[in-house]
Amino acid sequence: MSKKQTKYEAYEKKTKEHEPKRPIFLNCCKAFLIGGFICFIGQCIATFYIHYFDFTEQTVGNPTVATLIIITMFLTGFGLYEKIAQFAGAGTAVPVTGFANAVISSAIEHRPEGFILGVGSNMLKLAGPVIVYGVFSAFLIALIKTVLQMIGII
Amino acid sequence: MITGKSTWTFSSYPVIVSSGVVVGKEEAVSNLNGHYDEAIEDMFVGEDSYERAQESLLTKAIDYTIKKSSIKKKNIQFFISGDLINQITPTTFAAKKLNIPYFGLYSACATSTEGLALAAMMLEQNGANYILTGTASHYAAAERQFRFPNEYGGQIPPTAQRTVTGAGTVLLGKEKQGLAITSATIGKVMDYEVTDPFNMGAAMAPAAVDTICQHFQDRQIDASYYDMIITGDLGAVGRALTEDLLKKHHITFQSNQFIDCGDFLYKKEQNMQAGGSGAACSSVVTYGYFLEQMKANKINKLLFVATGALHSPLTVQQKRTIPSIAHAVSIERK
Repeated sequence: MSKKQTKYEAYEKKTKEHEPKRPIFLNCCKAFLIGGFICFIGQCIATFYIHYFDFTEQTVGNPTVATLIIITMFLTGFGLYEKIAQFAGAGTAVPVTGFANAVISSAIEHRPEGFILGVGSNMLKLAGPVIVYGVFSAFLIALIKTVLQMIGII
Repeated sequence: MITGKSTWTFSSYPVIVSSGVVVGKEEAVSNLNGHYDEAIEDMFVGEDSYERAQESLLTKAIDYTIKKSSIKKKNIQFFISGDLINQITPTTFAAKKLNIPYFGLYSACATSTEGLALAAMMLEQNGANYILTGTASHYAAAERQFRFPNEYGGQIPPTAQRTVTGAGTVLLGKEKQGLAITSATIGKVMDYEVTDPFNMGAAMAPAAVDTICQHFQDRQIDASYYDMIITGDLGAVGRALTEDLLKKHHITFQSNQFIDCGDFLYKKEQNMQAGGSGAACSSVVTYGYFLEQMKANKINKLLFVATGALHSPLTVQQKRTIPSIAHAVSIERK
């Protein structure tokens, strides 16, 4: 190992000494509670729709997700989602609300550049990778399943 | 005049004639409270984009600077400035409004002292009689360019710093007495292979250390020469690292002799992680708070070291390291 490399490594070690540690356990607890609470709200909405409208457990998914997205839209627009997220971390990032927030915040941000080149082309700049790799991995899994079915394993 | 390896000493003592500081909402209630000319509640400053808001902040700071001096705008020869936004356009548009010959700089958050050093050199060499210099930055404009959309809910780590919303400018001139620029040390680009853009304090600390050491060596003085040594925007992490690294070079400070503008700016209850950063961080704190302290005879000799992280969103995505720079300027009462 060169002398220079050791110097940089020693510096990295020194940096670590001065960095405040991320409270990982506490962050996990907060994420669990807030993330769980978002799911609880989702469950309440679903139950409400099944109870008062003509939905079944199979069909209630779409209107529930749509409602959560609309709520996220308001929270993001009024600048509240960002504040909750600083506290909740993964708790607000993992549920569908996190995905909605990524799309909506990008759309709001690029409004000054116009609707086509601003909002239109930047809306999915954070959520895009999720869609790309989501669709791609779904395709791969479907392909594997089809092959396995063709050779008669499943 | 060149002294030592990379320090200019100014025998004609270019003087800070006046200053203007405009800040945003969060900075208005920070430790800077009361030490500014105007605080603006609206993040947009009445404009339709954050970039235009930043331009407005700079224009306002310039207006205050000129208004507070007895110098007419037509007698100011040059405007030296820069900012963080792509191709420094907010500064360009402010310079267009100002209508004074303009030098555009980019040294990220070290632009404030780079401007001061160049302005002092021009005055020393009789290249001008009055020069306006300063910097502006805007939290939301920097956030959307360097990080994520403002409303995006991503958790910020405790080492991250918040870009200061505001603008600070000074007018330098050849006058008989006042707060004079006595020397300036120009820094080298330093890179200790830090790659985390949420820990710029660690990336910039080696640059601050290098420039401070070079300054003392070139002027053949030590830390006790100055009443106060301030760095631009190292934040809590970078400040502690710098102090630690300087100890290795046998440079130690008395308590409260070494302060970082970013670390000093926000109050603890504002929850700004490691502190402030941005091109305006060093300029609003120094031109707002520390110049006032000097005028009130509380500080006589000040070493002002602004530090800048010279990365771009592109280099971060391409997994390059974060190079950094620091320029030092000494301000003394003459």
